[in-house]
Amino acid sequence: MKKIFAAALAAALALLGSVSALAFDHQAMFEGMDTDYYTRFQGQDISINVYNWGEYISNGEDDSLDVNAAFEELTGIKVNYTFYATNEELYAKLRAGGSNYDVIIPSDYMIGRMVKEDMLEPLNKENIPNLKYIDPSLLGMPYDPDTAYSIPYTWGTVVLIYNTTLVSPDTDVETWDLLWNEDYKGNILMFNNPRDAYGIALKKLGFPLNPENQEQIDKATALLKEQKPLVQAYVMDEIFDKMAAGEAAVAPYYAGDALTMIDDNPDLAASFPREGTNIFVDGMCIPKGAKQKEAAEMYINFMCEPEVGAANCEYIGYSTPNTASLELLDAEITSNPTAYPSQEVISNATYFSALSDDLNKALDAGWKELLADDESFTFWLVPALLLVAVIASVAVVVRRARKKKRESY
Amino acid sequence: MKRNHAETVLTSVPYLIWMVVFTVIPLLLVTYFAFTDETGAFTMANLSAVREYVAVIFRSIWLAFIATMLCLLIAYPLSYIISRAPQRRQRTYLLLVMLPMWINFLLRTYAWMTLLENTGIINRLLGIFGIGPLSMINTQGAVVLGMVYNYLPFMILPLYSVMTKIENSLIEAAQDLGAPRSTVFSSVVLPLSMPGVMTGITMVFVPAVSTFIISRMLGGGSNMMIGDLIELQFLGNAYNPNLGAAISLGLMILILFCMSMLNQLNEEDKEGMII
Amino acid sequence: MKKRSWVNTGYIGLVMAFLYAPIIVMAVFSFNESKSRALWTGFTLDWYKKLFTNEVILSSLGHTLLIAIISAVIATAIGTLAAIGINAMGRWMKSLVLNTTYMPIINPEIVTGVSLMLLFVFIRDRMGIPLEMGFLTLILAHITFSIPYVILNVIPKLRQMDKNIYDAALDLGCNPAMAFLKVVIPEIMPGVISGFLMSFTFSLDDFIISYFVSGPTFSTLPITIYAMTRKKVSPEINALSTIVFLVVLGVLTLSNYMEAKREAKTSY
Repeated sequence: MKKIFAAALAAALALLGSVSALAFDHQAMFEGMDTDYYTRFQGQDISINVYNWGEYISNGEDDSLDVNAAFEELTGIKVNYTFYATNEELYAKLRAGGSNYDVIIPSDYMIGRMVKEDMLEPLNKENIPNLKYIDPSLLGMPYDPDTAYSIPYTWGTVVLIYNTTLVSPDTDVETWDLLWNEDYKGNILMFNNPRDAYGIALKKLGFPLNPENQEQIDKATALLKEQKPLVQAYVMDEIFDKMAAGEAAVAPYYAGDALTMIDDNPDLAASFPREGTNIFVDGMCIPKGAKQKEAAEMYINFMCEPEVGAANCEYIGYSTPNTASLELLDAEITSNPTAYPSQEVISNATYFSALSDDLNKALDAGWKELLADDESFTFWLVPALLLVAVIASVAVVVRRARKKKRESY
Repeated sequence: MKRNHAETVLTSVPYLIWMVVFTVIPLLLVTYFAFTDETGAFTMANLSAVREYVAVIFRSIWLAFIATMLCLLIAYPLSYIISRAPQRRQRTYLLLVMLPMWINFLLRTYAWMTLLENTGIINRLLGIFGIGPLSMINTQGAVVLGMVYNYLPFMILPLYSVMTKIENSLIEAAQDLGAPRSTVFSSVVLPLSMPGVMTGITMVFVPAVSTFIISRMLGGGSNMMIGDLIELQFLGNAYNPNLGAAISLGLMILILFCMSMLNQLNEEDKEGMII
Repeated sequence: MKKRSWVNTGYIGLVMAFLYAPIIVMAVFSFNESKSRALWTGFTLDWYKKLFTNEVILSSLGHTLLIAIISAVIATAIGTLAAIGINAMGRWMKSLVLNTTYMPIINPEIVTGVSLMLLFVFIRDRMGIPLEMGFLTLILAHITFSIPYVILNVIPKLRQMDKNIYDAALDLGCNPAMAFLKVVIPEIMPGVISGFLMSFTFSLDDFIISYFVSGPTFSTLPITIYAMTRKKVSPEINALSTIVFLVVLGVLTLSNYMEAKREAKTSY
């Protein structure tokens, strides 16, 4: 009896296993695709290095499609997938050199900057036929006027996330002022990258999202310094765990991730501050000197497949620029005002644009000043410690001389 | 009849070449980058920019100093007790001390993150007693705690190895001569353990002052230290290798200065340590 | 005297508790059903299963071991030869070389990492050699910081060795190479072995230097762990740290036991 039971159990488990594999039947999905195009590099043992944001692709968890695995299965091309936390980190890694990436996914302003600095390869659109699915209103933007260097991957907005159990009900949650609210001292999280942090500060001051001159940057820096004692931590993806656990009460972050967090912790909610927010597009690009340009273009094309785009955006929560994917998504998702906000919100939102070199440097300097700022530090410590060092050196020298004298007896 | 085997020196040639290429030249490169700007022209701008980060530098030194002193205070009695324990138990104690050292440094720091969070275990336990959640993480205290935790074994081991060499007979002799416990300590144990203290301080202070992981994971990004600053220039949110090289150079000089001070205080003639 | 030993043991216990508390908590919560790191909801082995099927972690573990072994072997070879040569140097030359050797040990790791990164970038940009950050750069970096430890371990043994043995072997008819192999090497073997072990250990655990010289294709375990801590954290990390703890415990207990046996044998 025991043996039969064990066998039945094993069979049941096997069945369950295969059922979950069927949850995403790759073969059925591949049938809708141009397999001749995709299998060109089969058997050639090619691999590409994809450098993307963290938590920014459907990776097979929670019954979602594992996009990279599906791509590898279809094309035989291996994907080395690593991630970065901010655009600036991506930029630093590329400039420092030595790392060879084939596909990167920067944000609009960073693409603009990289185009200016000749860091991207122009795309061969013949290798990316799925470009036809992308919403035309998201093409030809100022950062890439001829759509020569990037293909939109997602778009979205920045929202204010707050924990309804930790924030009192009569607080005004539709303003950036909430992030400077003394009531939540030590429970506020802030962006750990300069453009987003400064964007919010500038908006709070009533300035445009893209600083126009040094004076605006200085005022924003001062405002951010005021906020610093209230901030629990400057985070990027670390925010997921913190908000989910209720570690912090308010934080700004990207709309797609806000939806993921709300899913994990229903106590959370998102709002659009009335001062206006940032709307962004992230685009797939190929860095200059990439070794596998054609395979990279194949990867980009794969991302634009209707089903793949839909699976991606469904998992990561961001909004899709792909019209065909939009049709495949549940009405529940497409009617969500956080992911697909009203026209009113969109018209109140601004895109980041690439800044001039001078303004970039000023922003960088301000950001560094903010991070290094320590109000508990007084300048008196410097000469005091130097004095101590000098006294110590003198004492040591004197001691040595005295020892020598003693020993010379 | 001692023969001179001068040709034996030749066996070190592969190493000498390696040393020049991979140790000397990189450090020269750091100096080069520190004194040039992005076009390669000579400039002192980087070094003067370092002046702006004085607060960060002094915070690093201060926190590292506190962590080192705490390690010393905790490790000294511990090493002494272990060195006087019965032989078999000593080995077990040493094993227990060394074990955490072998677990990956990142995992250990991460472990403290989970303990110190507002909704972490410690606060939950305190909550049972009605004590409000203490904000422990993302403070300077958390960073010091992380440093002490990670580097404590590095203080224990040198102290222990020096204390085992202090023979019991010496202590007994001092006691027989009528010395009270405090004198036994200050005249016998302390001086003999000095070399270990110096080594321990070195092995804790240097990594503590230059860490960036501990300050990032436990400090919340608002308690920047020298290591964070350097990493920021190369792989982080700002790309400025020249400034990064300048700060690295400064850090190196700082450490060399501290090391030479410590070496002066250490009477023992260490082979090869000129500075 | 009983009171004193009670206080002593109590103090040891306290410090041990401090050292082990986080590790134990991590281990306990690796079995936790929910992703929470503080609230216990139920027992599960899921995270361990996920860990063993996590390709990224497994491949970086393999990479780490590979790099550790290769770099330790090469470092030990170069370092031992170096130690022998340095020992035969004149006083002025010897202290110059030794001081430069000790620089990577004294230098903060971040400075070593940054300097090596600059070197590799320089080689690539100014000298035109297409050097990519990856396997090769990692091995070179690991060997570089390992060699000083080997030298540090072998030189004392060389100094302890009686110089006349080498001459005696030559007198008895060995050529220099044989004299080395049969006489010198066995004398310094303990130093060589401990140097090898030190290199291996430091290479396994190295994060900072590897972080600066690695690339997208070749990741080591510490780098993978760091990446994991920067995003949504999965209790797989807890499972990983528990397994590491158990493995290390096993290895250290075993080596301790063997050493105890050896000492017991020789203490007659």
